Amino acid sequence: MVVAIVCIAVKMASSSSYNSPCAACKLLRRKCMPGCIFAPYFPPEEPQKFVNVHKIFGASNVTKLLNELLPHQREDAVNSLAYEAEARVRDPVYGCVGAITFLQRQVQRLQKELDAANADLIRYACNDIPTGLPQVTGASTVQPPLTPRNRLAEFNRRVGNEGGGFYQLPGALPYSFPWNDASSGDMNDGGGEGGM
Amino acid sequence: MRSHEPRSTSSCAACKLLKRRCSPTCIFAPYFRSDEPKKFAKVHKVFGASNVSKILIEVPEEQREDTVNSLVYEAEARLRDPVYGCIGAIALLQRKMIELQHDLALARARLARYGCELLDRCCWCGT
Repeated sequence: MVVAIVCIAVKMASSSSYNSPCAACKLLRRKCMPGCIFAPYFPPEEPQKFVNVHKIFGASNVTKLLNELLPHQREDAVNSLAYEAEARVRDPVYGCVGAITFLQRQVQRLQKELDAANADLIRYACNDIPTGLPQVTGASTVQPPLTPRNRLAEFNRRVGNEGGGFYQLPGALPYSFPWNDASSGDMNDGGGEGGM
Repeated sequence: MRSHEPRSTSSCAACKLLKRRCSPTCIFAPYFRSDEPKKFAKVHKVFGASNVSKILIEVPEEQREDTVNSLVYEAEARLRDPVYGCIGAIALLQRKMIELQHDLALARARLARYGCELLDRCCWCGT
């Protein structure tokens, strides 16, 4: 009987998924209970994920945050916290806000280039050669010139019809980053956060 | 720099919230003034005072103001969107960037076509 009980205990202990504490409980050196809020999201094979999250946010803050969410939202929340924590560990000054600034500058630059290209397109359309020239027979790749109304509609469709400018984050950044340094001038140097 | 400004004797927003004496060397005091209590409250709720203190201690003093500002920004984003925080904004910006790149490529392709057609017409006129 005792032998049977020991065998069962050994079998249970050897089943890694049954007894292995999650990465959070391992780091916090506590027993990983069934129903541990961290266990589904911090598997023991990914210790660094919880190390970063704990370092930046703290285990108790993460617990409170997860408890306030619905179960189906928790995985996304943990992943976004892990991403932010990793960004903050890599860049303690700006964290993932550095990536936001970089992306905003890229969006601004692209919008300007698109506006310029569309302005050129309109100029081409307005300056089309008069139709007194003999028509080319066969399939033609020339697009019919736009009427002024259609040109305007086409232009508006391409440019700024979602608010007229680059994406506005809720709450503008109240301060400038090194990428906004006037001496750089060139909008193409987007800092070092492009990997995000 | 804020840290060189003369400090009042009242507690900073952090020490007021934490209900402790604000010492002359308080690391929070230059950045969480007593007239901005919500700023520290947000950061404390998301990151915790001791984590913020550790982050600030790790960065050079001249970068602490930027650090605090970025922490406040992240904290606000997380409080507004507890699931995605700042990452939601990053995802939206990335999508916008891809959309703009696509539109720009299309516009440039059309411009190139216009350029070729114009060249063809000029060559025709020349013959």
